[in-house]
Amino acid sequence: MVRTGAYARLGWGLSAVDLYLQSLLMLDSTIRLATPLVLAALAGLFAERSGIADIGLEGKMLGAAFAAAATAAVTGSAWLGLCTGIIVGVLVSLLHGFACITHKGDQIVSGVAINIAIAGLAPTLADAWFGEAGRTPLLSGDARFDSIALPLAETLAPVPIIGPLYSQLISGHNILVYVAVLAVPATWYVLYRTRFGLRLRAVGENPAAVDTAGISVTMMRYRALLFTGVLCGIAGAYLSTAHSASFIRDMTAGKGYLALAALIFGKWRPVPALFACLLFAFADAVQVRLQGVDLPLIGEVPTQAISVLPYVLTVLLLAGFVGRAVAPAAIGRPYDKERPHRP
Amino acid sequence: MSPLPRWVDMGLLPLLNLAAAFLVTAVIILLLGENPVRALELMLFGAFGYGQAIGYTLFYATNFVFTGLAFAVAFHAGLFNIGAEGQAYLGGLGTALVCLALDHYLPFVLILPLAILGAAAFGALWGAIPGWLQAKRGAHIVITTIMFNFIAAALMTYLLVNVLIEPGEATPETRTFEPSAHLPTLQEMAGWIGLEVARSPANFSLVIALLACAAVWAFLWKSRVGYGLRVFGQSEPAAVYAGISPSRTVVLAMALSGALAGMMALNEIMGAQNRLLLGFTGGFGFVGIAVALMGRNHPVGILMAALLFGALYQGGSELAFDMPTISRDIVVVIQGLVILFCGALENMFRPSLARWFAPARTPVSVGG
Amino acid sequence: MVDAAPAAIELDGIDKRFGAVHANRAIDLRVAAGSVHGIVGENGAGKSTLMNILYGFYRADSGTIRVDGQELRINGPEDAIRAGIGMVHQHFMLIEPFTVLENLLLGAEGGWRLAPGRAQARAEIERLEQEYRLQVDLDARIRDLSVGLQQRVEILKALYRGARILILDEPTGVLTPQEADELFRILGDLRAQGRTVILITHKLREIMAITDRVSVMRQGAMVAHRATVETSTAELAELMVGRKVLLRVEKGEAHPREPVLAVEHVAVRDGNGVVRVDDASLQVRAGEIVGIAGVSGNGQTELLEAIAGIRPVAAGVIRVAGEPVVAGARLASMGHVPEDRLRMGLVRSFPAWENAILGHQKVAAYGPGAFLDRATIIGYCKRWMQGYDVRPGDPELAATSFSGGNQQKQVVAREVEHDPILLLIGQPTRGVDIGAIEFIHQRLVELRDAGKAVLLVSVELDEIMGLADRILVMCGGKLTGQVDAKDADERRIGLMMAGVTETAA
Repeated sequence: MVRTGAYARLGWGLSAVDLYLQSLLMLDSTIRLATPLVLAALAGLFAERSGIADIGLEGKMLGAAFAAAATAAVTGSAWLGLCTGIIVGVLVSLLHGFACITHKGDQIVSGVAINIAIAGLAPTLADAWFGEAGRTPLLSGDARFDSIALPLAETLAPVPIIGPLYSQLISGHNILVYVAVLAVPATWYVLYRTRFGLRLRAVGENPAAVDTAGISVTMMRYRALLFTGVLCGIAGAYLSTAHSASFIRDMTAGKGYLALAALIFGKWRPVPALFACLLFAFADAVQVRLQGVDLPLIGEVPTQAISVLPYVLTVLLLAGFVGRAVAPAAIGRPYDKERPHRP
Repeated sequence: MSPLPRWVDMGLLPLLNLAAAFLVTAVIILLLGENPVRALELMLFGAFGYGQAIGYTLFYATNFVFTGLAFAVAFHAGLFNIGAEGQAYLGGLGTALVCLALDHYLPFVLILPLAILGAAAFGALWGAIPGWLQAKRGAHIVITTIMFNFIAAALMTYLLVNVLIEPGEATPETRTFEPSAHLPTLQEMAGWIGLEVARSPANFSLVIALLACAAVWAFLWKSRVGYGLRVFGQSEPAAVYAGISPSRTVVLAMALSGALAGMMALNEIMGAQNRLLLGFTGGFGFVGIAVALMGRNHPVGILMAALLFGALYQGGSELAFDMPTISRDIVVVIQGLVILFCGALENMFRPSLARWFAPARTPVSVGG
Repeated sequence: MVDAAPAAIELDGIDKRFGAVHANRAIDLRVAAGSVHGIVGENGAGKSTLMNILYGFYRADSGTIRVDGQELRINGPEDAIRAGIGMVHQHFMLIEPFTVLENLLLGAEGGWRLAPGRAQARAEIERLEQEYRLQVDLDARIRDLSVGLQQRVEILKALYRGARILILDEPTGVLTPQEADELFRILGDLRAQGRTVILITHKLREIMAITDRVSVMRQGAMVAHRATVETSTAELAELMVGRKVLLRVEKGEAHPREPVLAVEHVAVRDGNGVVRVDDASLQVRAGEIVGIAGVSGNGQTELLEAIAGIRPVAAGVIRVAGEPVVAGARLASMGHVPEDRLRMGLVRSFPAWENAILGHQKVAAYGPGAFLDRATIIGYCKRWMQGYDVRPGDPELAATSFSGGNQQKQVVAREVEHDPILLLIGQPTRGVDIGAIEFIHQRLVELRDAGKAVLLVSVELDEIMGLADRILVMCGGKLTGQVDAKDADERRIGLMMAGVTETAA
């Protein structure tokens, strides 16, 4: 890209303007990297707030990524791809519910199963349908979500300070990035301002209380998983039809788990989870930038030390060394009406 | 729910669940436009049809035995260790450090026990930390072991790229060990007693895996500590009643689990690759969950399940070769489906089976 | 007669089983409108199950429910709520991190957006607070409220949903005496406003204090209905515990010797920090059986577990033959038959022979070094199974394959045969058949005669009176009285169990 090339050779710490532009570039890539994390973390939020542990975010995203890319490749429409991505996300989510809610199966086992099965199924189907060693054909044109220029982006570009901020950081992303941005306040609103949200938060804390209030625990949990599926579907579609231009094997590369870590780090709340996602994505962006760079005083920072940060922080948080993350009280346990008080 | 007869619970139910997993796989193969029966034949031949195939099957099965046992030991203590992947990775580091440090100085017979110790100790450490965090700090073991997988991966990448890499080389791998730190292959071992066996990476760790099966069995069902571990896994109140310390049991179970996972590295690092390299764990740690669930968390069952998965792994490669529309990844699909049907959906057939095989009603105490 | 009033609730032939447990047996009940109706019975008598059926949380296997004369099919709590029934559960059905208002809104939100409903609800609830003097800060979080205030929220919740009939399940179990008095004041106000209250409890004082009528349940059946003014705590205690076939235990004079167990000023708190045992002191000597009588839930369980080293003590010391008891370690000199056999005393899935060493897994005789020898243990197990007449006498059968009596014989055999100097035994005959009861009692007497100390906790008064040489009575976490078995009189102990002190009676 042109704008990256223009600044790349400047390196670090020249003038204040350069530093500013450099930072904008870093933040720009942070936003791109954070988008799937945010969507997946919100997906996990719906499941876990309802009391269903979901380590299958990874698999759902991967499945949706494949479905979206495959559909887009065949139909030439990114929007149709997004639709199938969402459908696949929802179906897999419902499978998780079928195992964990209907059959009271173990939520962790179900999540592991989904992750593994889809990690195998997506490249298998890609091979069989497109004959391209675990990937889908490259997408172009309408088959991909392109970046959109917000109104006035061109006009404002030359304005100092604000111009680059608006035209580079705020404008010029694809539609799904903006969807992710809007998903956070939307989730917040649903969670804290609607009847569904009240019941959702309640069912993850004390399902027996929800049951005695005359509300079906089973239905609440299935509905929560529906939201999870939709958001995972969008996250997957973003990966394969917006961020990249095809599905490739294991393209989620642990993002589902990273989103889960962000969710925990954000204490199962939408806005803090957003910041956790941004922090993790920023770490990712920094890590790419820092490769082989000698920092003054510190020397060369191993990139792994930065990439491992989210996981270490999450462990420390869970162990109560930095703050405390209290999970929804009923998470992980199938609801058994006949013995509601026994662990 | 009324208990099922033992043979139904231990035999028929897993077989039914397995059958369901294969049925779904067959449907997928049909959808891909291939003949599932033909695919099965190809896989069976690929796994058992000739000497080298059997060797590879055994080689993969060895990995699965270790990771399956790892999952099972933690499971018997009521713990869900999904960190075998990271523990195995660290086990590789332990093995490699021993081999790299000593292969110039010591003979094989001395390096072998030290290398086993290295693999087990590093794996144990990587398991015991999440165990401790759960026992003392209440950090949920499922999440921490997931995180520890990623931390292990980053740590190993760092070490291989920056520290252990062979000077002057581009690939992040250590140097190749001297022959004194190579495990003998099955071919060589057969040669000692005058047998002719096809060349394959199967090696002495197969024997170690069998011994580990026996040891785990003896530990869990014959030893006093293993007894306490199983009591804790079944009922924490009963363990407290019996004077068994919950926190000590959790740390011990996770350390043993990690040690077994770590020993998987013997097969890959000391047996097949003879050097430490990136990503050698290749998902075997996760599949250990499937192996253990399929094998009902019993060493004999795990041995059989490991053979099945080894055969799938090996047969799957052959299948992909012979049926170009079907990729090798179909094996991963089967693994996932086995976990789904034998694990998460294990209760699906139980009610109907309970109706079929309802034993004479046993009286249950009144009250409570 | 109160019977002249129209019935708010009529239950007819309600029957419910959980697996093999028959929780409710053909229950009939009539509750007059505008009255406070008590239901008493021991823990496990089936009171909560019955009320959960009325509330629609459980479904009855058979029987009919009439509310205000109308037969109703109650398929879930939503039906009960619609019929004007509210319930305050023993374990509060509240969402801890929510505010009071959010808890009250749950299930009655009044629209998909919370805001409009919330404003309306606030006004309505403030009116209810005034009317019934039930002040609570609507914006406080539940987890910051005292238990008494949480209960108030539960009552408000029921009223807000239009409950005309309010069920309270063991409402005072977690309350201080002052909070309990306040609750009774509220219940009085409710009655005065024409609402009907059903009060489940095992505390007779409360029944006498507040109810108009009382029904007594025992072992899943309804055994008596009385007008409160026409009955007494003594009669109710007797009805609750029941006059069982008096089991005569053949035993001679006790010859107590040196003290073996010394409990000094012990206090025990439960997981929520509530004091369960308060300044308890007692001694048990070699060669005697000491029985602790009391209505269940008065601290006996906690005291026994503290002595066994399962629960930490908050204050005081416990010594066995001079050796201090430390929580988390089991003394080899002590045998313990726990109250909850299937949770603690046995591992359900383990075969009999593995259960035969639970708690004694370190005994050297069971195998070489770090190992256990299956054949040796099976040998012991077989011998015990024969000696205690456990049927079927198969060491390979899982614990759940035996009847309650045969499970209990295995636990008793294990704890007695390891030759303790002190045996703790809780509810030895709960869920055990008559034959096994006699057998276990005989063994306990033999153990005493062999010069061992025995501490027995039981809610069966007959059992205590038949077995113990000395009887201690526990009520509200305190040891409230001591009676020599020779002078024991059921009425007097019953009164002490009900918390009526000697002088007041």
